[in-house]
Amino acid sequence: MSDFTSNFWSMYVAGMSLFGILACLLLLWFSGKAKAMTANDNTTGHVWDGDLREMNNPLPRWWVGLFIITIVFSLIYLVLYPGLGNFAGQFGWTSVGQFEAEVAQGNKEVEPIYARFAGMPPEDVAKDPQAMAIGDRLFMNNCAQCHGSDARGSKGFPNLTDADWLHGGAPDKIKESLIKGRIGQMPPMVAAVGTPDDVRNVAHYVLSLSGSPNDSLRAALGKSKFGACAACHGIDGKGNQALGAPDLSDDIWLHGWGEAAIVDKINNGKVNQMPAQADKLTDGQIHVLASYVWGLSNKAAAAVAPAAK
Amino acid sequence: MNQGLKINTEPTPRVIPVHPVAMAVEEDSDESSSLYIAHQKIYPRSVTGIFAKWRWVMVVITQLVFYGLPWFDWGQRQAVLFDLGARRFYIFGIVLYPQDFIYLTALLVISALSLFLFTAIAGRLWCGYACPQTVYSEIFIWIERQVEGDRSARIRLDDSAMSLEKLVKKWYKHFLWISFSMWTGFTFVGYFTPVRALGMEFFLGHMSSWEIFWVFFYGFATYGNAGFMREQVCKYMCPYARFQSAMFDKDTLIVTYDEQRGESRGARSKKADVATLNLGACVDCTLCVQVCPTGIDIRNGLQYECIGCGACADVCDIVMDKMGYPRGLVKYSTQNAMTQGWTHAQVVRRVFRPRVLAYTGILWVIVIGVGVSLALRTPFKVDVVRDRASLARIVSGGKTENNYRLQIMNAAEHEQRFTLAAEGIPGLTMMTDDQAIVASTESKWISVRLQVPYDAIAAGSHPIYFSITSGSPIEKIVEKSVFLVPR
Repeated sequence: MSDFTSNFWSMYVAGMSLFGILACLLLLWFSGKAKAMTANDNTTGHVWDGDLREMNNPLPRWWVGLFIITIVFSLIYLVLYPGLGNFAGQFGWTSVGQFEAEVAQGNKEVEPIYARFAGMPPEDVAKDPQAMAIGDRLFMNNCAQCHGSDARGSKGFPNLTDADWLHGGAPDKIKESLIKGRIGQMPPMVAAVGTPDDVRNVAHYVLSLSGSPNDSLRAALGKSKFGACAACHGIDGKGNQALGAPDLSDDIWLHGWGEAAIVDKINNGKVNQMPAQADKLTDGQIHVLASYVWGLSNKAAAAVAPAAK
Repeated sequence: MNQGLKINTEPTPRVIPVHPVAMAVEEDSDESSSLYIAHQKIYPRSVTGIFAKWRWVMVVITQLVFYGLPWFDWGQRQAVLFDLGARRFYIFGIVLYPQDFIYLTALLVISALSLFLFTAIAGRLWCGYACPQTVYSEIFIWIERQVEGDRSARIRLDDSAMSLEKLVKKWYKHFLWISFSMWTGFTFVGYFTPVRALGMEFFLGHMSSWEIFWVFFYGFATYGNAGFMREQVCKYMCPYARFQSAMFDKDTLIVTYDEQRGESRGARSKKADVATLNLGACVDCTLCVQVCPTGIDIRNGLQYECIGCGACADVCDIVMDKMGYPRGLVKYSTQNAMTQGWTHAQVVRRVFRPRVLAYTGILWVIVIGVGVSLALRTPFKVDVVRDRASLARIVSGGKTENNYRLQIMNAAEHEQRFTLAAEGIPGLTMMTDDQAIVASTESKWISVRLQVPYDAIAAGSHPIYFSITSGSPIEKIVEKSVFLVPR
């Protein structure tokens, strides 16, 4: 609570609050003592414009009781809760504290549900309809922003429903990606490849790996220059999941298809990042979510009972 | 006779000032009084007559509806149930979603206009006959009367010192009041959670803390408002009591005192010749004040406290009969009728005046509009949500793909099969299943992928239309969305 350099404003606010309550109390006190003039026709005797009179409509006395209740309530409230300057209140309540308590309470309530799945291997969790319903909601709230609501990704964001994995598609690898996040890094390779013409040749060779339309003459020329790429992508261009190097031979193009897109990646490189989720999700949630993501690309193995559809 | 609301334009010599007790009132002198007025308990005397009968008919009808409705079933479920947890609102054959909130608004508009209409024609009918505040006060006063006796007996009991008899009577009354209040609270909760299950939970002691809270909360409100607050709610808390005067005019039916005939008031022997006494018809028996549930004297003219219940008219007719005078010294009539001596037919003819016709016209337009809207309602709803983060993706085969989520809300009480289609761009293909099954009253999210050949259309945003057709009954909803093609 060191928002200010001195205690002055805290004291000022506290003083103002108490002064306001005291003023209300005094107003009640004086209004109880005060008398209104009343003529015998039940008006105050004031007349405007010749015939407009002010009726005497006194407030019911029980209403005063309600005012007193609000004053007593405000004093009790100010003792228990923060309200007087930077006085924290007897309960020590904070909005952050309440939020954290509610999150902890919520996690505690769902703990037994996750506990049931924690002991099961991911392959079995992926068959459980309840777990998959939970996984779907977790995915929508935490993953769909980048990977799409159908998990098929888009440019720069991998498709999670196919068999192509940058860092490995086994459940424990998916879990690792979730917990620690991933950084995919390709340095600019133009210096190692050579002239702009060499770069184009390599691009056509890469296109030829997946049987995509390419200039076979350039592809043949580019093959010799591919050695610079093979360190990560392998001699056959099949990639390396330990390094996160993509398979270039499967006609899946995360960062764009065609000569221009490949030339751009060779010239400029690419850094792509998936943020770590360990702080946002509990272990139980990560286990279910990893099973869900695994199930997306292993539909046959994870065939959920039809009733759960 | 002056009927202006509270502003007397000419001084009337016989007005009795309403002053706080213990204030000595001297003629023609100014007094000072406290800014606050102590609550004076009102002991309404019981009354019989045509208005009293109608009040009880309305009490019975409104309460039969309130207490009875939750116990009716419709098919497999409670006929009227507002399931806040599942956000489904069942009213007989209709299942409403939160998206149907407009119907609640329409209901409130209809209620408000009905109030305007009734008030313009016949004064505060709502207040006197149907408002829960008055209806429950009436029931509670009836219980009080059964236990403690009528007005004079109740005043005597309250004034007497504490005795065993008083203690027993008071405890018995509060026991009955609280039992009735709890039943009311239980019924109220029964509109939001199935009432039969709630009854089982009650007997087994399994009620949830929120159910217990609301039973007690609503029960306490009934007990407090009908047992203690009573006319204080109407006088000091109810906004409607105050703004109703805006709907009044000189042709509005109100409870009025025939001042010309009644004054000068005064007690007289039944045998005395009225003509020689120089007295009006009012015998000044004060019974009209004793029966009034809000404690006013109707002979002072129309007052904002008057809830139009007609108890004073009933009791005055009884007195007039006893005296052998014609009835109607206090009666339900209009200001014009009283001052100009109109006949019944003339009063009825004035009902069809522009203000009433306007209220009636607007009311009918809205009622018919809501009726048509309900009749044409499709038994399901669709929301199309385009993926916000991924604008478009290029997929194998030279296609551009957009991704959508369709939320289909089935408002029918049986499983529905929906057929999905999309159109708006040449070559637009739906890559996902075009059939979706949604269970009874459930809503379901369905992922839909649409593809367009890469060079079929220019880059940019293109309108497309999803059409969703239900199986039985066959209804179709068309929802607009966009298909994005990147540069």
